[in-house]
Amino acid sequence: MGSEILVILLLLPMVGALISFFVKGTSAWFVGVAFSVLTVLLSIVAYNALGADGFILFKHEWIPMLGANFNLSFHALAFLMCSLTGLVFLLSIIFVDAKQIENPSRFYGLLLLSQAGLLGVFLANDAFLFYIFWELALIPVYFLCSMYGGENRIKASFKFFIYTFIGSLLMLVGIIYVHQQGATPNFSWEIFTATGNGLPLQTQIVLFAMFFLAFAIKMPIFPFHTWQPDTYEQSATPVTIILSAVMVKMGLFAVITWLLPVFQLAAEYWKESIMILSVISIVYASCMAIVQTNAKRLVAYSSIAHVGLMCAALFSYPVLGEEHLGAQAVALQMFNHGINILGLWLLVHVAEKRFGTQDLREMGGIAKVAPIFTTALVIVSFANISLPLTNSFPAEFMMFLSLFKSGSTYAIGLTVFAGLSIILSAIYTLRMIQQVAFGPSDEAKNKAFTDLDWSQTIVMAVIVTIILAIGFYPNLIFNLLNTMH
Amino acid sequence: MGGIMSIVAAAILGVVLMFVGLISKKSSVVRTVGVVSFAVLLGVSIFDFTAIETVGTSSFFNDMLSITRSGAWFNVLISACAFIYILIFNKSIANVGKNDAEYFALMLFIMVGVFMLSGYNHLLILFIGVEILSIPQYILAGSDKKNIKSNEASLKYFLMGAFSTGILLMGITLIYGHAGSFGIEQIAGSFKGEMSALPLIGVMLLLIAFGFKVSAAPMHWWTADVYDGTPTAITPFMATIVKVAAFIGFINLFHGAFGEIHSSWKLTMAVVLCATLFIGNLTAVYQQSVKRMLAYSSIAQAGFMLFAVFSLNANAEASILYYAVSYTLASIGVFAVLIKLKDYTYEGFNGLGKAHPVYAITATVCLLSLAGIPITSGFFAKYFVLTAAMEQGLWIGIIVFAVLMAAVSVYYYFRVLRAMFFATTEQKTLFEVNSTEQFLLIVNAALVILLGIFPQFVLG
Repeated sequence: MGSEILVILLLLPMVGALISFFVKGTSAWFVGVAFSVLTVLLSIVAYNALGADGFILFKHEWIPMLGANFNLSFHALAFLMCSLTGLVFLLSIIFVDAKQIENPSRFYGLLLLSQAGLLGVFLANDAFLFYIFWELALIPVYFLCSMYGGENRIKASFKFFIYTFIGSLLMLVGIIYVHQQGATPNFSWEIFTATGNGLPLQTQIVLFAMFFLAFAIKMPIFPFHTWQPDTYEQSATPVTIILSAVMVKMGLFAVITWLLPVFQLAAEYWKESIMILSVISIVYASCMAIVQTNAKRLVAYSSIAHVGLMCAALFSYPVLGEEHLGAQAVALQMFNHGINILGLWLLVHVAEKRFGTQDLREMGGIAKVAPIFTTALVIVSFANISLPLTNSFPAEFMMFLSLFKSGSTYAIGLTVFAGLSIILSAIYTLRMIQQVAFGPSDEAKNKAFTDLDWSQTIVMAVIVTIILAIGFYPNLIFNLLNTMH
Repeated sequence: MGGIMSIVAAAILGVVLMFVGLISKKSSVVRTVGVVSFAVLLGVSIFDFTAIETVGTSSFFNDMLSITRSGAWFNVLISACAFIYILIFNKSIANVGKNDAEYFALMLFIMVGVFMLSGYNHLLILFIGVEILSIPQYILAGSDKKNIKSNEASLKYFLMGAFSTGILLMGITLIYGHAGSFGIEQIAGSFKGEMSALPLIGVMLLLIAFGFKVSAAPMHWWTADVYDGTPTAITPFMATIVKVAAFIGFINLFHGAFGEIHSSWKLTMAVVLCATLFIGNLTAVYQQSVKRMLAYSSIAQAGFMLFAVFSLNANAEASILYYAVSYTLASIGVFAVLIKLKDYTYEGFNGLGKAHPVYAITATVCLLSLAGIPITSGFFAKYFVLTAAMEQGLWIGIIVFAVLMAAVSVYYYFRVLRAMFFATTEQKTLFEVNSTEQFLLIVNAALVILLGIFPQFVLG
């Protein structure tokens, strides 16, 4: 099989979504599981089929008069992201009981649609196609957020939609502009990049800002983050997971493929400001996490802090285009963060369901009655603090190192403030463990707390295994990334 | 004769329909003849287009009417849209009042005006075309005779229309005084070298007159009341087919005759389009009735179409065709659901997603298209006009402004969507479901998506 495998990888979730819409009741759950498994398997197959240069490229003309192509590209980073997407969808679909979901055929259908959009973003090798998928991933998620979740979900998800939509529209204007400057207008990555780099610095600076705004809203980076805690809090858990474990990576991935290579001069101009902004984002979000009493909001802010570090590390290169620690570490951490936050959300979901509240102060005292839950919570939380021997440790360590070596005038200051986040994250994460699991267990609600059932245990076992395996042997991922050029 | 057959056919079919109304009082007969007439019209316009394809541009009446390839293609597209409109709405049109045959006949006469506006090469034909387009509309707006709002709409439309016709004539006179001819080419040729201010005033008057017809701000005041008062079955025809025809007339005149002096009217046009976008979108946000919201949204959409008039290049002319089709199909899809409801407020849409999923989903596709979300045709429509404007060197700030206004439009389009899917109602069914209609709506929504993936079908 040649490069067509990418098309199959992209189209399968859409087929799954169609099937799911027409299937009654809980059998939609099977469709969701089956097609997520297929995504994981196909991305592994595609990875094994990588050429000697480390790429699979699919090329097809789409709208010749515009110079828009249906070009897809697959490489090690895309593999990581695609398999992460499949894995996150799979585990969260298995973990969350289908019986609790109203109208499952619609729910899993929309989930699979958003999966297709996400895969499209990670695979697109054409600016126009990239934009289409960038928007396409948003629409089903908007419906999911608005239909399932807390009382204020409609308002929260609308805020989320408007924010991201404005960002992506500005990016669209940028894309059109770059496209028009080309000698032979074409959206394919190669020509788009060449055109972008050929522009004068002043133009690049503006365009860079337009693109970065779209990505910064998605990640999110302070001060464009205000949609995020509300949306995470109000959405149903599987949707929150998609938002924070995978959609956030769209922003980072887009910076790597569609921003840094396209506007190299402007990247040099902006990099220090973005690093500073990201570090502010880290410290701000960590402090906000400390004062939260709502479990979901706490995890939401913690996620902003982690993403901020990744964004800072992305821009911490001394010379653009050369291999640097930061890029490798970010690639690893994008995967890790997806897995860790998936684990955290699933456990918070269980706690929320069993205690009937998101308020941390109302939880606690279940360490004895629910040992599996507590063990999983402790391990996942340690990964969130990036303690040694968990998956985040090597990645975050390398990111701090990269920040330190970035050659920026403020390198030391930035590293110190970013480093604060480890301490701060220890404070809020440990407090969360304590409030959720430990404490006096004399009340009825504590004793009635049932432990994870077998399917949930398996899911948590998979997550914990990944956390520890990468923690012990990070080369697992690094070797894989080394096929990247 | 290839090229002019569609005009002749529309006129004859209109007369035929009036006689059908005399002979048969049965609504089903009239409706069938009406639908068949529009099908025939579509066929004839395709015949015209193929004829033009082989012989190239053909001229009639001493070159007063000249049908170009793109003009003939527009005729095909607009006839197809009109056909879809008639298919979906024929029952509701017949239900407006007693004179059902006349409604169809008047629409066919309007089509004569539409075809004239896409092919005129002479200001007199332009004037006649505008009048043929407008006068039947004044009658149609008042076709719900016992409804005071419909009467108000008709009168208001008539007064405003008469007023703008006066301005149009005045403008034509001043242009004639300068060029000494009504021919488009002669006028274009006369703008070389030194000239007085009078023809420029003429251009501005024509800009204002067309501004009235396409409801550009600040000439938009009549729009909301007229669209709101007109029977809901007629409004989509006015808001789409008639409006885009006026746009074709607008662009043909300003690109064909006044392209030479682009620099003297482009600033005014930029101001008008910004004002239109701003007023259309912002006012739409505050509406409580979906019908009025759609009226203001049509002003907002006109703002985007003005980008094509602003930009003097080949892309602009192609983009207006695409925008016309995209906007027409999407509006028809939304109005088709609106007309079924008893309550035109947003609350009237509550729970539609659960009660009538087919209607709700097709309306959603159309609303997403109006908002310009990818893989619907509305995305490409906005994309093409903005690209054309950028190619023309329009200040990028205005494009960013337009894009932000598009984001504002998401607010009111999604309000309908939110009512349909996220709000509930106690009623089990909101209206009677008609399976033919459902099928047509699905076809319409499928077209919207198909054109959103393969825009080359329209751009030809």
